[in-house]
Amino acid sequence: MATRRGILFVILRMLLLLFAVSVLSFVLVAMAPIDPLVAYVGPSSTLSEEAKEEIVEHWGLSDPLPARYLAWAGNILRGDFGDSITYQRPVADVIRERFLLSFVLMMLAWGLSGVLGFFLGIASGIRGGSVFDRAVKVFCLVLQSAPAFWIGLLVLSFFAVRLGWFPIGMAVPMGKLAADVTVADRIHHLVLPVLTLTVVSIGKITLYTRQKLVETMGSDFILFARARGETQGQIIRRHAIRNIALPAVTVQFASFSELFGGMTLAETVFAWPGVGSAMTAAALNGDVPLLLGTALIGALFVFFGNLIANVLYGVLDPRVREGGGYA
Amino acid sequence: MLEPGLRAVTAALKKPVPRPLVKGPNTRTMVVATVSACLAYLLVVFFWGRFMDPGLYAVNYADKFLAPGAGHPFGTDFMGRDMFFRSIRGLSTSLVIGVIAAAVSSVIGLALGILSAVVGKAFDKVVLWGVDLCMGLPHLVLLILISFMLGKGAYGVTVGIALTHWPELTRVVRAEVLQLRSSVYVQAAYKMGQGRLRVALRHIVPHVIPVYLVGVVLLFPHAIMHEASLTFLGFGLPAETPAIGVILSEAMKHIATGKWWLALFPGLMLVVTVVLFDLIGDGMKKLLNPHSGNL
Repeated sequence: MATRRGILFVILRMLLLLFAVSVLSFVLVAMAPIDPLVAYVGPSSTLSEEAKEEIVEHWGLSDPLPARYLAWAGNILRGDFGDSITYQRPVADVIRERFLLSFVLMMLAWGLSGVLGFFLGIASGIRGGSVFDRAVKVFCLVLQSAPAFWIGLLVLSFFAVRLGWFPIGMAVPMGKLAADVTVADRIHHLVLPVLTLTVVSIGKITLYTRQKLVETMGSDFILFARARGETQGQIIRRHAIRNIALPAVTVQFASFSELFGGMTLAETVFAWPGVGSAMTAAALNGDVPLLLGTALIGALFVFFGNLIANVLYGVLDPRVREGGGYA
Repeated sequence: MLEPGLRAVTAALKKPVPRPLVKGPNTRTMVVATVSACLAYLLVVFFWGRFMDPGLYAVNYADKFLAPGAGHPFGTDFMGRDMFFRSIRGLSTSLVIGVIAAAVSSVIGLALGILSAVVGKAFDKVVLWGVDLCMGLPHLVLLILISFMLGKGAYGVTVGIALTHWPELTRVVRAEVLQLRSSVYVQAAYKMGQGRLRVALRHIVPHVIPVYLVGVVLLFPHAIMHEASLTFLGFGLPAETPAIGVILSEAMKHIATGKWWLALFPGLMLVVTVVLFDLIGDGMKKLLNPHSGNL
C-alpha cells in the first residue's frame, strides 16, 4: 500500500537524521576544551600520573573520535548512558526520573495551548478586523516576542510572591517526605510552570489558526455554503473547522522543538527538577554523560514531534494521500 | 452609432477619477514612517548604550533596592545600580550580537539557498539534509552544546547564535529560487544559452533580494532572544556585563523578596525591541512587494 510505504520511508529518513544528530552532538561535546578526567576526579586530585594514564586508557580517551563515538553509541543502544558526575548516579536513572516530570509539564502546556489557541484563533478569525481580533493579534505578537523565562519571572512574582497563591518553585513541598506528598501538592506546584509554558506557546498556534480561518472563509466553497443558506455557526462547524484542524494539529506537533526550549527555561525559573534543568546543570558542571544524554532526549522528543507531524500531514490529509508520494 | 455596451464604457471613462476616500497620508507613507520611527528608536538605543558613561549604572550601595520612581525610572538593584541605564546598555550589547548573527547567518543562508537551487539536485539534497540536521535538535539545546564546546562566555554565544540561524533563511531563499527557476523568463534565458551562474546572478538574485532582506530583519528577534536565553541560563555573557540575560538571571534571585521591578522593566525593553524588529520586517515586506507596496 502506498501510504504504508510512505510512512516507512518517512520513518527511515528520520531515523537516519536522528543518527546524524547524535553524531553532531557527540562531536560538539567531544571537541569541548573540558578534560573529562579532570571533570570526573576534580582539579585538586592527588592521583599519580600513572593512575591518570590508566584511567585514560581504560576510558579510551586517547582513541580516535569515530571509535569513541561507536563505543558511546553502542552503550547507549544497550541502555547504558554512563554515570552523571553532577548527581553521582547513572544517567539513565536521572533521565528516567526527570523526564517524567518534564513530560507532564510539556504535555499539559502543549495540550492547553493547543486547545485554547485553536479556539481563540477561530474566535478572532471569524471577527476578522474587529477590535477583538486586533487585540488578540497584538496580544499574540507580544507573547511571541517575550522570552519564556521573562514570562516565567512575571508569573512567579505576581502569583507566587505578590498574591501568594502558589509555591515559588520545585515540584513538591520542600522538607516533606516523598511518601507524604499528595496529588494536590503536585498539582499545586504544577500550576505556575504549566501556565508559563502555555502562555509562551499559545501565540503561534492562535495566529496560525486565525490566518488559516481568514483564508478559508474567503474561499468559494464558503461563499457557496452561504448562498445555500447555511448559518455562520454551521459554516464554521461543517466547513471551516474541518479544513483548519489538521494543519493546526500538525503545526502544534512541529513546535516540539520550541516547546523543549521553553521547558528548559521555565524549569530553570521554577527550579523544576526535570530534564531541562538537568541539562543546564550538566553543561555548567562539565558533566558530559548527562549533557549528551539529555541532548539526545531533546533530539528524540523533536524527532517524535516531527514524525507525527509528517505522518499526519502526509497520510491523514486526503488531498496529499490521493496525490500519492512524498515530494 | 455606438453599441450600447461600448457607450456605457466610454461614459464610465469620461467620469472623473474618484478622489481617495481617506484623507491624509497613504499606506506607503505610513509604512515608511513606521519603519523609520522603529529604526530611529533602535539606533538611538544602540548608540546611547554603546557610548554610555559607565558611571550612570555604577555601583552605589547607598541606593540599593529602590523601587521605580523619580531619578531611577526602573529602580535599582542589589548593588544600587540604575536599572534603566543598565537595560539600555544591555540592549545595545544584544543588538551587537544580533547584527553579527544576522550578518553571518544571512551570508550562509543566501549562498546555500541560491547554490542549492542552482548547482543541482545532489547539492540541494545535501543542503536540505544540513537544514534538517540543525533543526533536529531543539534550537536551545544546539546552542548549549555549541557554547559548551567553545567554553561558554561571550565568544561561545556569539559564534553559536551566528552559526545556527541560517537554516530557516536558507529554506526561505531556496523556496523562492526554486519558484523563480521554473518561471518562463528564467527558462528562456537558459534556452538562449546563458550559463547557470549568469542566470543566477542576473535574473534570480535580484528577485530574491526582497525576500532575503525581510528574512534577515526577522532573524534579529530570534538571535536577540536566544542570546538572552543562553545568558540567562548561565552560558552566555559573563555576570559583570550589563546584558538583559544577566540582569534577568540576577532578578530571579530577588524575586522571592518582592523585587518585581528588577524583572519587569528590563524584560519589557527586550520585548519592545523584538516587536519593533517584527514591525520593521512587516513594513519592509509590504514596501518591497509590488502588490502591496503602492496601496
